[in-house]
Amino acid sequence: MIQEFKRVWKPYAMGMLWLLGLLWPMLGIHPDGTLTFQTTFRVWSYLLAGSSVCLVIYIIKASGSMTFVSRPLSRAAQGVKASATALPTWVWLVVLLGFCLVYPQFAGRYGTDVAINVLLYICLGLGLNVVVGLAGMLDLGYIAFYGVGAYTYAILNTVYGLAFWICLPFAGVFACIAGCIVGYPTLRMRGDYLAIVTLGFGEIIRIILNNWMDLTNGPNGILGIDRIGFFKFVFDNGISFETIWVKKLQLFYYFALGLAIVVAIAVNRLNFSRVGRAWESIREDETAAELMGVNTFIYKLLAYATGAFFAGLAGAFFAARMKFVSPESFTFLESAMVLCMVVLGGMGSIPGIILGVIALIALPEIFREFESYRMLVFGSTMIIMMLFRPAGLLPAKRVGQRSEEKEG
Amino acid sequence: MEYFIQQLINGLTLGGMYALIALGYTMVYGVIQLINFAHGEFFAAGGYVGAIALGYFSGLGYMETHPILCLTGAFVLAMGYCAYLAIGVEKVAYKPLRKNSRLAALLSALGMSIFLSNGMMLTRGVYDAVYPSELFQGGFDFGMITISYLQITIVSLTAALLIGLNILVFKTKVGMAMRATAQDKTMSALVAIGSNRIISLTFAIGAGLAAAAGIMYGLYYGSVKYDMGFVPGIKAFAAAVLGGIGNITGAMIGGLIIGMVEIFGAGYLSGEYKDVFAFIILIGVLYFKPTGIMGENIDDTRV
Repeated sequence: MIQEFKRVWKPYAMGMLWLLGLLWPMLGIHPDGTLTFQTTFRVWSYLLAGSSVCLVIYIIKASGSMTFVSRPLSRAAQGVKASATALPTWVWLVVLLGFCLVYPQFAGRYGTDVAINVLLYICLGLGLNVVVGLAGMLDLGYIAFYGVGAYTYAILNTVYGLAFWICLPFAGVFACIAGCIVGYPTLRMRGDYLAIVTLGFGEIIRIILNNWMDLTNGPNGILGIDRIGFFKFVFDNGISFETIWVKKLQLFYYFALGLAIVVAIAVNRLNFSRVGRAWESIREDETAAELMGVNTFIYKLLAYATGAFFAGLAGAFFAARMKFVSPESFTFLESAMVLCMVVLGGMGSIPGIILGVIALIALPEIFREFESYRMLVFGSTMIIMMLFRPAGLLPAKRVGQRSEEKEG
Repeated sequence: MEYFIQQLINGLTLGGMYALIALGYTMVYGVIQLINFAHGEFFAAGGYVGAIALGYFSGLGYMETHPILCLTGAFVLAMGYCAYLAIGVEKVAYKPLRKNSRLAALLSALGMSIFLSNGMMLTRGVYDAVYPSELFQGGFDFGMITISYLQITIVSLTAALLIGLNILVFKTKVGMAMRATAQDKTMSALVAIGSNRIISLTFAIGAGLAAAAGIMYGLYYGSVKYDMGFVPGIKAFAAAVLGGIGNITGAMIGGLIIGMVEIFGAGYLSGEYKDVFAFIILIGVLYFKPTGIMGENIDDTRV
């Protein structure tokens, strides 16, 4: 234990001093010509207390003094795992589905609202997972396709009066076309260049949404979008139809749940199909995949198109639920947030992404009073995950390492 | 014609700022082959520190008596603060990941960018930090063309910093060590160059230049905001790619070109879409000539 302490105390102390030097100019200098120290030291001492508790736990754990706690814990975890695998997977899926079905009955309005948010982000996360997790292309402009889907429904509905279910495939297809437009010029790029270019494309689409006044009504957004509606036979005088609008949040929840389930099944099927294996081979080693006869051009474009399609569907739901769209919903930070969910859960793993979305959407709702720290937590989560657990909370089972990274 | 020349001058001012930011991208990329996403945040932090320092000086009443001294002080403080910040950021978020995959380092950099901009928001509030407006009033008037004193100051300061950096990189021993590290880390370690120190130094210099650009931006536009680093950061990255990433001269030229294109695009084509031009150039360059106009070796796996 002493050894461990000796190893870490010096960098730790230096880090805390560095932090103090960093904090004070930002917190302690005021434009009216005064200097204060109190706030800085209060914030700093909170951080010091928090980090030293973590450090002490780390030291105790690293020195092996925690075996009396960690051993029963890991044994219990193994026991849970064994009993979980004893039942077939479909039993768990049925239990989960049953829980999802009865959830809005006892969750109340607010809980259902959060759940709808979670379901829409699950669609987004799974769509991004096709691009990032399966095909290995880092896409930082993903939210733009969500925007394209949402705007497609908004415009088709408010201008041409088309119903939701007619617009839904169009939303998917238009997002898909946008995905191909973005994907085509980026196919020659890899890694960091691809990330920057997709980011640029995302910004371009947002700027277009913001400035094309005739079509998108610019920064004011589009108001008065219809809810989801469906038809019902009426037998009053002959046969006619009556539109029923989905006004109850609970009903909308079931539609969103249906969408999430469809997307999850689609991504799962894709993952274990020929296409999915081709994507994974591109992720692991693009050159080798090309040599083995995988048409990387088509498959990379397909990955973009598929991911964008799912985002477009989710976007149409988003527009129908909010009844309002504006470019502010589709900024770079949203893309980063979805990426953070995928990274946190584990790239390429469907249960991982669902867990990541729930963690990053539901937890901030619980800690409502720390709302303004939300993006700070997103940023630090990404750094900490990369430092300590780069594969995510529930890592995908089939992963390798890119050949060009092994050398580096 | 007057309009053209006026735009040329404006473009030169803006391009100089982009060049300063682009140098940080290029230098860091040259040394550790990583796109430092958080670089735009150093630019914003520099602008903030400059605003705080100038506000403090004018609060004390030194601004009226010694404006040049106050401005110099603000530049020194902002550049120093950002260098200090960058060294710590590198140690926390990039150094432990140097052996990991490139995707991990990239995501960590992205996280750092979000973290820093929100940290600034939490410490200084969501509102703009205003620069004192009494600095550099007026300018030279040539009929239709005006060159403000502020523009002259910005352009000459940019030029001085660029010349200083060139001397540092190409004429001094430290610069030689930097170039050696950029070429081959293992070999330079064998000839007793501390690569970790050189990498920290590179981050510090790059962040310092970005901070200087941040103050200039604040002086030019009158205020800074916590999330202002993002778009100029991407444009400066476009400039670095345009010049050939890893190439210092290329970054300067690329920055000037991007600045000019933005100003002329806004002036002659459309003001609303001015942010789009830099992205289109970026995509075009990467598509048709991935090594940039000045050319730099990028092996096939990276592009």
